[in-house]
Amino acid sequence: MLDALTIAISAAALALAAWCGFAAYRDQPTKDWHFIGMAVVTLLTVVQLIVGIVRLAQGQEADQGTTIFVSYLLGAFACVPVSGFLSLAERTRWGSATVAAGGVVLAVLEVRLYDIWGG
Amino acid sequence: MATPEKAGESGSGGEAAEAPRRRNRLISGPGTLLLWVYGVMVVGAVSRSAVQISTEFDHAPLAYSLSALAGLVYGFITYSLVRGGEKARRAALVCCVAELVGVLTVGTWTLADKAAFPDATVWSDYGMGYLFIPVLLPLTALWWLRRPRPDAD
Repeated sequence: MLDALTIAISAAALALAAWCGFAAYRDQPTKDWHFIGMAVVTLLTVVQLIVGIVRLAQGQEADQGTTIFVSYLLGAFACVPVSGFLSLAERTRWGSATVAAGGVVLAVLEVRLYDIWGG
Repeated sequence: MATPEKAGESGSGGEAAEAPRRRNRLISGPGTLLLWVYGVMVVGAVSRSAVQISTEFDHAPLAYSLSALAGLVYGFITYSLVRGGEKARRAALVCCVAELVGVLTVGTWTLADKAAFPDATVWSDYGMGYLFIPVLLPLTALWWLRRPRPDAD
């Protein structure tokens, strides 16, 4: 479940990055649809956070330690919303580029999470 | 996240009420992206070194201290970018030079004397573990901050 979720989020994050990157390329700010996309990705990371914590509560352990695992879960959760807020303040192509960068960062975090959990 | 209103409020006192006199913003346009990447590096470097120093400092004291130092430098530059204004721009510029020198020094050091680094730092091998962002970031920031803003007060 956790691994499937990690892979799904990586894919969704890269798709979001490509989508917002395309908007930046076309010189457009982030629009409602982009924010819906960000909401979907964020929702997935919330589910991941909950599943991860439930797993820990059930007594399973992350390969590289609980602290690191939980901080990466929190980082993954915060990543896209924060870049989304930045794009709200910057209504140009550069706001879109920031969300695109946020998607890439999230994808990298997911790869690390996979290793930390011990996929 | 500094909204324009916030940036204007701090420091300019009473006259801000009538005509919002803002510090020239350093995070408009491409600066937003720069701020985001610096923010990510702050969280990355600070939390990483905090965990490593608190749990296994003796394993690689030099590496972990250097990571913490990198985190501090990133933190200061991020703060300067958010704060805005000519003074902050100059301060950030100096820190970017320090950052670049740091990355190049530590990068060379880790390659030359691997024995001194049982574990990696943020700046090991010129930041290879971070997709070379530690080396590219100061260059980008130096370019972005290279001259005073036209609307400087």
